[in-house]
Amino acid sequence: MAGPEIITRIKKVIPDLKVLSASQPFTDEFAFKVAPSDFKDTCLGLHKILPSPVMMLFACDERQMSGNFVIRCVFVDFRNSQWIIVSVDIPQDSPSFVTLSKSIHSASLFEREIWEMFGVEPKENPDLRRLRLHDEVWPGGSYPLRKDFKIAQPGDLSDYKFSKVLGEGVFEVPVGPVHAGIIGPGHFRFSVAGEPIINLELRLGFTHRGVEKLFEGKLYTDIVGLSECVSGDSSFAHSLSFVQAAEKISQITIPAQASILRGIFLELERIYNHVNDIGGIAMDVGFSFPHAYASIIKEVILQLNENLSGNRYLRRINVVGGVTQDIDEAKKILLLDSLKRIKLDFNELVKILNSSVSFMDRVDTTGVLRKKTAEDLGVVGLAARASGIPTDLRKYFPGIYKQAKFKMVTQGSGDVLARLRLRISEFEESCRLIEDFASSLEKREKLRVEPQLKEGSALGYTEGWRGPVLYWLETSPGGLIKRCKVVDASFLNWQGLSFAVLGNIIPDFPLCNKSFDLSYSGNDL
Amino acid sequence: MIYIAKTRILKGVVTRNFDLKPVDRIESSGTELKALILARFGRSLNIREVDTGSCGACESEIISLNNPIYDLQRFGINFVASPRHADCLLVTGPVSKNMSIALKKTYEAMPAPKFVITCGDCALNGGLFKDSYYVEGAVKDILPVALHIPGCPPNPLIFIRAFLGFLRKS
Repeated sequence: MAGPEIITRIKKVIPDLKVLSASQPFTDEFAFKVAPSDFKDTCLGLHKILPSPVMMLFACDERQMSGNFVIRCVFVDFRNSQWIIVSVDIPQDSPSFVTLSKSIHSASLFEREIWEMFGVEPKENPDLRRLRLHDEVWPGGSYPLRKDFKIAQPGDLSDYKFSKVLGEGVFEVPVGPVHAGIIGPGHFRFSVAGEPIINLELRLGFTHRGVEKLFEGKLYTDIVGLSECVSGDSSFAHSLSFVQAAEKISQITIPAQASILRGIFLELERIYNHVNDIGGIAMDVGFSFPHAYASIIKEVILQLNENLSGNRYLRRINVVGGVTQDIDEAKKILLLDSLKRIKLDFNELVKILNSSVSFMDRVDTTGVLRKKTAEDLGVVGLAARASGIPTDLRKYFPGIYKQAKFKMVTQGSGDVLARLRLRISEFEESCRLIEDFASSLEKREKLRVEPQLKEGSALGYTEGWRGPVLYWLETSPGGLIKRCKVVDASFLNWQGLSFAVLGNIIPDFPLCNKSFDLSYSGNDL
Repeated sequence: MIYIAKTRILKGVVTRNFDLKPVDRIESSGTELKALILARFGRSLNIREVDTGSCGACESEIISLNNPIYDLQRFGINFVASPRHADCLLVTGPVSKNMSIALKKTYEAMPAPKFVITCGDCALNGGLFKDSYYVEGAVKDILPVALHIPGCPPNPLIFIRAFLGFLRKS
């Protein structure tokens, strides 16, 4: 068993660690509980020996059952293809825990989130400014994810305190929340000395809609549609993670045909977004022809999505227990034919970009995110791979991708060019995967099984096009959702962007931003 | 450059005519839209888009409207970078508390005469998010709304049809 092995390894680092309870509810999840005094050291130990950033850190309000808040910290163990979940009980009369973020930077945003949503204080955390509940509109002292929260209590409003860079000749450039383009809202504050950016502070949360609270109290078979609206351009990855968690709780195995179809749709989502970003990168250096070319390819893929599934953004396909749409012979021919043309067009696009020296000059060495920085910040997914970190859930977890011999691509330089090249390689690999998956489709096999509503908790995970999309779901005996924690890759990667732009000039910010192309709504929830 | 020129010639014109019903009026529909805009707005209609908490799918479709296949610009509808340049405000998303001030300020920054269009089911009444603690609800309770474009998200054709219908009526 891989689970207990981890305990042994941790005990080597922390000899007197007391594990209060341990369980392996699923083959890919190992959970154990420690005392509050051991929590920080355990997490730090896991962070170092796996090694893994904090993939999720979240609280649950279980005061009605046990009088405690529970905090769970999730790490990924690629070597054993499993998730390690450490939990700790926080008594309700002193809701606080020792901060992890002084030792593990990737925990800091999660801790701020726990503080604003639950009022559980990460002690000694130097930065407890609120992320999503903006001080200008939400008084302090109301914690919306607590179970007894009804409406916000009246109180004083205040202003957000931006970190200031002082010095002669340093000035600030505030941008947003309403931007010049057709894009989500976010506030960027640049501190500039001369031309280079010396600090970028992101203030997000403008599209906060209280998604996690909306999941609560609903039947988990009814609410797949909400997960599709968390981040519109990753609708499929989000709904896939959600239904995977639900299927684990229901203890059902979906038909083989359904997992192949999910693979195809997930890759279709990846390629339309990748080609969109490649075009966007070209547009942001003022190279409009490839942008136009890429947007034609994107439109063709969106129309293909509609012809295959009835929806351009691959919505209403995933249900708990399988999928609703099949790809029959006629659709398979359509898919493969379209893919052939898409690949030809894509090759043209790549040629156009590669043949322009001035374009290459702009993207090369722009917006470098160094590997060490990326590791410290806990950057995941595409941005991490571009900086040379081998991380891809498709590669390390068993399933159809292993059978299709998925090849993970990484780049080393971490600049815009690396992220561009990575997208190009991933696009090609995804096309190959779709063809591979399509060849193993069978005729009229069952597409879904009826789920039984059960009690439990499970983690659903998918490598979306930006990176991992994680859903931790907990249900009551009747199948009502007690807690649904969502983490989109954007949540950790936004920090990566604020480091990648340092030393670049403001006009290159859109370019750096597009090369990450992070979700506002997926971050803000 | 030569490569681009070659590709451009080989690819030809990709812009599609809209399959607005009935089929024999395909050509005239786009032309009608253009004529209506010319008549009502002088030369062109400039739209400023504001996201008040949408998931990003509506934005993606609005961007699609400007791709070479639909190419909305050829009918005189432009998306502009500043509310100061806009005749029309296009709002997507359920209004998140954090965005309600920004939405009002953007509207105030527009020169009169001006009007508001909402796009997508969230903007109509909050959609899936209407019961949330952090959603203000329908845009029409905050600003005067002249037209709503339904869909989650509305695809580019729905958008164009809605626009045509609106301009014919008003």
